[in-house]
Amino acid sequence: MLLLLLGIIVLHVAVLVLLFVSTIVSQWIVGNGHSTDLWQNCSTTSGNIQHCSLSSVNEWLQSVQATMILSVIFSVLSLFLFFCQLFTLTKGGRFYITGIFQILAGLCVMSAAAIYTVRHPEWHSNSDYSYGFAYILAWVAFPLALLSGVIYVILRKRE
Amino acid sequence: MLRAPAPAPAMAPGVPWKSPSPVLAVLLFSSLVLSPARAIVVYTDREVHGAVGSQVTLHCSFWSSEWVSDDISFTWRYQPEGGRDAISIFHYAKGQPYIDEVGAFKERIQWVGDPRWKDGSIVIHNLDYSDNGTFTCDVKNPPDIVGKTSQVTLYVFEKVPTRYGVVLGAVIGGVLGVVLLLLLLFYLVRYCWLRRQAALQRRLSAMEKGKLHKSAKDSSKRGRQTPVLYAMLDHSRSTKAASEKKSKGLGDSRKDKK
Repeated sequence: MLLLLLGIIVLHVAVLVLLFVSTIVSQWIVGNGHSTDLWQNCSTTSGNIQHCSLSSVNEWLQSVQATMILSVIFSVLSLFLFFCQLFTLTKGGRFYITGIFQILAGLCVMSAAAIYTVRHPEWHSNSDYSYGFAYILAWVAFPLALLSGVIYVILRKRE
Repeated sequence: MLRAPAPAPAMAPGVPWKSPSPVLAVLLFSSLVLSPARAIVVYTDREVHGAVGSQVTLHCSFWSSEWVSDDISFTWRYQPEGGRDAISIFHYAKGQPYIDEVGAFKERIQWVGDPRWKDGSIVIHNLDYSDNGTFTCDVKNPPDIVGKTSQVTLYVFEKVPTRYGVVLGAVIGGVLGVVLLLLLLFYLVRYCWLRRQAALQRRLSAMEKGKLHKSAKDSSKRGRQTPVLYAMLDHSRSTKAASEKKSKGLGDSRKDKK
């Protein structure tokens, strides 16, 4: 049914948007006057001047960056493959490749967020901090991506 | 291109001439700030890592609005870490490099630059911990001599740490490569399996019809392999669909989910 197709596409695009935002926006850890994310640390000194510098070259931070980028790549590939398979799959076939890529994207996000949670004291030394909204979006994107992937694997193509 | 405007001091008649220094100051300031349509811009790395005992290349490049002249000069200065003074360690002028022969970098500097390629790089051999510091590259290309120099900081380590982006690139490239390889492998195996299944199907149908002329078939198969294959693939897909339809018609255990 067309409504179901639309719903699935909307879910997939929502997952993609969540992944993009949480990869790009600089709000993984916030404290008073400073915010850290995957790519840079920004701190606001007195006088409202914002200094941004590149994040450290820690290997764990680089692996978090890599897996976030991988999750975005897999999600985009999955969307593209979904449209390919929509037109080329035989009737009754399942969207295996689309589902597998989406599940891979979800696993990548989960591993990135997990590594970040465990290892973030290694690259910033602030004692008062709280997790920003980009970090929360990454955790939200994980179950949604898994759900989307599982729906694709279960789904069968009609007409 | 900005040129300094030439203001003409307008004076109302009858007003006494006040001191001209504010006007002069404005003129001077505007000429200094607005006139550099020509300036030389020097580019170097921001920081360079080296291991003790090895060599390191300090790159220096520039952009100039004039052509590279024969009077071009490069100067490298060194300021030790925590020190205040900068000493000259290298100079290149009129096509001749002059290397430090008395200082701390005696016989360790090598000129590898080429003015024609806008490159003023030097190589420092046999690094030591005392080489930590800031190196400044200064390029003068007459008549273009006004410009900012650029600094590169040298860090000497016992062992060079991994550069930024190595882990990033390795993880992304590795995972993507593995996934693509697995996909390729999967499609290859499926293709071979379909081909074998189609060949078996054909042999089965030929046996059923009772037309088993093995020699003729083998010779024809060896002769034109490729076109027959494509036809069999289409045939296999249609037979698969036909068999599915048949199974559905017989027992509708698999309901078609929406």
